[in-house]
Amino acid sequence: MATQLEFEHPIIELQSKIQELRQFMQESGMNLNDEVDKLERRLLELKSSVYSTLTPWQRVQVARQPGRPTTLDYIQGLCSEFIELHGDRNFRDDPAIVGGIGLMDGEPVTVIGTQKGRDTKENIHRNFGMAHPEGYRKALRLMKQAEQYHRPVVLFIDTAGAYPGMSAEERGQSEAIARNLREMAGLKTPTISVVAGEGGSGGALGLGVTDRIFVLEYAWYSVIAPESAAAIMWKDSGQAARAAETMRISALDLLELGVADGIIKEPEGGAQKAPAQTIQSVKHQVVSSLAELKQLSIAELLQARYDKYRDMGVYFERSVDKVST
Amino acid sequence: MHRDLFKKRQYATLGQQYAEPVPAINNEIPAKDIPKGLVNKCESCGELLMAKELQKNAHTCPHCGHHFSVDAPTRLSLTLDSDTFEEFDAGISSVDPLGFPGYMDKVHKAQEMSGLAEGIVTGQGKISGFPVVIGVMDARFIMGSMGSAVGEKLTRAIEKAGQLRIPLILFTASGGARMQEGILSLMQMAKTSAALERLQEQGTLFVSVITHPTTGGVSASFASLGDIILAEPGALFGFAGRRVIEQTIRQNLPDDFQTAEFMLKHGMVDKVVHRAQLRDTLTTILRVHGLRGEGSGDTTGI
Ligand SMILES: [Zn+2]
Repeated sequence: MATQLEFEHPIIELQSKIQELRQFMQESGMNLNDEVDKLERRLLELKSSVYSTLTPWQRVQVARQPGRPTTLDYIQGLCSEFIELHGDRNFRDDPAIVGGIGLMDGEPVTVIGTQKGRDTKENIHRNFGMAHPEGYRKALRLMKQAEQYHRPVVLFIDTAGAYPGMSAEERGQSEAIARNLREMAGLKTPTISVVAGEGGSGGALGLGVTDRIFVLEYAWYSVIAPESAAAIMWKDSGQAARAAETMRISALDLLELGVADGIIKEPEGGAQKAPAQTIQSVKHQVVSSLAELKQLSIAELLQARYDKYRDMGVYFERSVDKVST
Repeated sequence: MHRDLFKKRQYATLGQQYAEPVPAINNEIPAKDIPKGLVNKCESCGELLMAKELQKNAHTCPHCGHHFSVDAPTRLSLTLDSDTFEEFDAGISSVDPLGFPGYMDKVHKAQEMSGLAEGIVTGQGKISGFPVVIGVMDARFIMGSMGSAVGEKLTRAIEKAGQLRIPLILFTASGGARMQEGILSLMQMAKTSAALERLQEQGTLFVSVITHPTTGGVSASFASLGDIILAEPGALFGFAGRRVIEQTIRQNLPDDFQTAEFMLKHGMVDKVVHRAQLRDTLTTILRVHGLRGEGSGDTTGI
């Protein structure tokens, strides 16, 4: 299902060469095992060298690959029982955000996330995972409910951004996101967000004000997509690769800048190569992190969350003498 | 620009599904020119206006009502009782956390041009005798964008209002988050909103005044969180930029789209107020608010 990315071409060529040789062996009865073994070893080396040196822009491409687990896939892997809950009780149910309640290792939990489609038809239904205000309001309703019934909240983020449409503006896209930022800052229950693919600006942040933020190895999270940044900086969206580097949007950058609390390792080549393995890694991180957060009282939790965001950003402060009058 | 983007983008041609990434930045709307000369032409109706005439009309056109952009010092003098302003945190300015090409040059130019250290001025003052904590964004300063310095100054002002338990008034004018500080700019949205959450929990009034333009990450954070949201006539107030939206929905938008009046109609703004009446309106709000609970008590309930 996943498409081939340009930097993967040498790998794919080598793979098909190995396959051809195998077929030839079978058909001709010749023994070329040594040759095949050599190529297999070379393939392993090639893979490890390609995937360990991906540029930020190549990582963005991996993060956008179809076939990566979506929120509903994570939910299925995380929860033994799950009921999806719908609607914002005001306007409609936004299919670009899903959420509900379930049991994770026997513990009740609320899980919410942006939902990309797994094929074209579903993607159109899901609006490519780009939420309207009612999506953010549904998420808030479920978070408030989780707070009321003392359930931790786990959020999955994989969106190019909040939907930029007329209907979204009319119904208050700004207000919906802003309210989520404020309410999530004060939510009296442990919260964890996982940036699973694309972390597109305000639309991602609208589900991302949490006690812990984990970022998948190849995910990106940025104030602006590399193409748009390049269009602004160099009047050329083709310079996206340069922008991706400049903007520091990769997992390691986010960790170094103090935004991410941890990186969840992906299978070689990305989550789409082994979705089940990825989901298990995510589950492991979420479960252990929740156990940690549950040690804190609600007051401690809220203070730590406040302090974390309070400390974000860097600036210069010159001492100014107070002029008394 | 966005059509090019669509064509050139590699992943759009791979047979995958395409989704336009949405920035919390709106670079489409520059602030309106601030009239400087002795005689200025109204950019809306074309009338010639004397500087004195403009000043007398709170920097609006007496003929068509057009609101000219005003810088932060002018806004403070239009809003506060004279000689009551005490500035907070004037020594805070931006650094370059990403090593972003040309960023510091931009900051220095903005500082030179505006005479300000950063894109927001915060402090304490009085409106008709009522003490307030006030913050005014200056759209001249890298389009009023919010980076770490703006976020920090705002957050301190919000916390100060909480400590002093006096109302907070914020005048917004911004293209959104500051691209040059990357993800740290985005996080200022969360930081300021978290501070406002505490202020709200405490029950301290916050009035947000939307001025032209208020978009992107500023619109989608503190600007939209006022207990009361006022807006100046014609001010642009919205999340995504017009071009991005037109590109997405492939149709033209109405002329009044995302104006203060449009947002009033759609329930996102409490009141659109002409600049000449803004001080009076704020005074009324502060007076009504100041009378709450005194004597009657907050605990009587319903
Ligand atoms: Zn005029």
